[in-house]
Amino acid sequence: MDKYIEMIRIRFLMMLAYRTNYYTGILIYSINIGAYYFLWSAIYSDKPSIQGMSIEQMTTYVAVSWMARAFYFNNIDREIAMEIKEGKVAVELIRPYSYLGMKTMQGLGEGIFRLLFLSLPGMIIVIFLFPLHFSTNVSTWIYFALSITLSFIINSELNLLAGVVTFFTLNNEGLLRAKRFIIDLFSGLILPISFYPAWAQEVMKYFPFQGISYIPSMIVTESFQGQAVIDGLLFQLVWSVMLLIPIRLLWRAAKKQLVIQGG
Amino acid sequence: MVNAIEVEKLRKEFKSYSSRAGLIGAFRDLFTRNYKIIRAVNDISFTVKQGEMVGYIGENGAGKSTTIKMLTGILTPTSGKVIVNGMIPHKEREAFVRTIGVVFGQRSQLWWDIAVQESFRLLKKVYRVSDRDYKEHMEHVIDTLDIGPLLDKPVRKLSLGQRMRCELAAALIHNPPLLFLDEPTIGLDVLVKLKIRKFLKEINEKYNTTILLTTHDISDIEALCERVIMLDEGKIIYDGSLQRLKANWGEGKQLQFTFANEIRLDALYALTNGLPVKWRKGEQANAWVAHVSPSLVPEVISRVVSGYDIQDMNINEISTEEIIRNIYEEGVVHG
Repeated sequence: MDKYIEMIRIRFLMMLAYRTNYYTGILIYSINIGAYYFLWSAIYSDKPSIQGMSIEQMTTYVAVSWMARAFYFNNIDREIAMEIKEGKVAVELIRPYSYLGMKTMQGLGEGIFRLLFLSLPGMIIVIFLFPLHFSTNVSTWIYFALSITLSFIINSELNLLAGVVTFFTLNNEGLLRAKRFIIDLFSGLILPISFYPAWAQEVMKYFPFQGISYIPSMIVTESFQGQAVIDGLLFQLVWSVMLLIPIRLLWRAAKKQLVIQGG
Repeated sequence: MVNAIEVEKLRKEFKSYSSRAGLIGAFRDLFTRNYKIIRAVNDISFTVKQGEMVGYIGENGAGKSTTIKMLTGILTPTSGKVIVNGMIPHKEREAFVRTIGVVFGQRSQLWWDIAVQESFRLLKKVYRVSDRDYKEHMEHVIDTLDIGPLLDKPVRKLSLGQRMRCELAAALIHNPPLLFLDEPTIGLDVLVKLKIRKFLKEINEKYNTTILLTTHDISDIEALCERVIMLDEGKIIYDGSLQRLKANWGEGKQLQFTFANEIRLDALYALTNGLPVKWRKGEQANAWVAHVSPSLVPEVISRVVSGYDIQDMNINEISTEEIIRNIYEEGVVHG
């Protein structure tokens, strides 16, 4: 376990080496939130609520979704793809640790860094600019913390899956791009799932995407109440366990298939 | 004596895709692709004893790196048996890699953006090296390789020679009984090379570390290895002592003549008619090299000198490099 914690620390150090990137990150995320705030204000105009969400809840939903994204979002799919493309994966495989486990820990290191240096300062800026409403209920925040941890796990698992596919295709830039877009769209980052047509909501119950953004954001805005919170967390938990199966299978096949490029 | 490496009938095949020519060919490639099976390593067998230093040589693409990758558990062999340090590398990867150290000359295993000591610290945790062992062992390594002043610099700011010494130290953090070095001296200057060789000899003597070394620099092999394994097109073409290789191939001398005028090969053979001499073109204009046994040297010289105008002449021992070049060209080992 020690080595995994050490890896989080190392990633943290690496992020610090390029910290200026994050000041621009804060700006970009704030602009995104601003744009969605004005869009939603226009849509709500004088309606008190749409689909059971008030404008205040919606603005908070958007702000929290983006800030949570900073935590669960990582580039480990791209990193795996690159390490395979450049043959660096050879070096990873001569170390006594699980390659995918280590990658996940690097993602976590990155996530914690962004949470502290991007989400928190970003949130403070956003609170002053827009009318947000945060719950003072401690249990909501505990559920939220649980929920974004599971978001991170689900998103990282999808990234690992997409990354490992590179072992077979050797170049899957297109797939990675498509995956990122699908996650932004179907996770509820751009539009809450409850706004989708009924049939689409039904279909999306069978995919893990809403476990990434929709569920934690609904929990923190208290749009989910009581049993809905528990159901949401269970949905996330089930997916985070279930996704381990294809990862295992694919990884086992990938090791047999492995070709180290470039000598 | 325990065998560090046992390899029997080891084989690795790759699928190699070839693209069809032209636009229509490219469209056809979208649906079905031509491929052929390439055998990178073809049924090789050898054993290496604990404490041996073995040079593993061959031309580019001969299958050296593929073998090393199977021996280190990175690649799964197509068929055959590999046992290294008593384990099957690709089956028990995580336990196995604790017992080996690897340096890939062309890839860094240190983290690019952080200080060298942070990499060391992480590796120390990864290999679960105790503080005491680390201090005792690594202080010596850091001292000998003279990398103390580099420890707080990020890897990207190091020169190639500095980085290579740090890589070597990183591969030795857990003091492994077996060390794989894949072209460790590539692109290094003479001084750094010497330092690295001296260091490798030292750890071999001190800890009885087995070392398997691939290189294109024959002087590395001459300085370190008593035994060489030579690979060509996936097959072992020579496995034995460097001495024997030299004795069988390196007998005789090389006479290099620079003639005043242009001269043809058949004229030279006519000149040395009746003597077992092999002529080949030298590197400079009008230079020719004769390969002769030592007893014939005076005879050949006198015939050449009396027959033609000579500008310059040299008598050389045949170098190992020359021997290996000859073997590559002919593809077999005699004797």
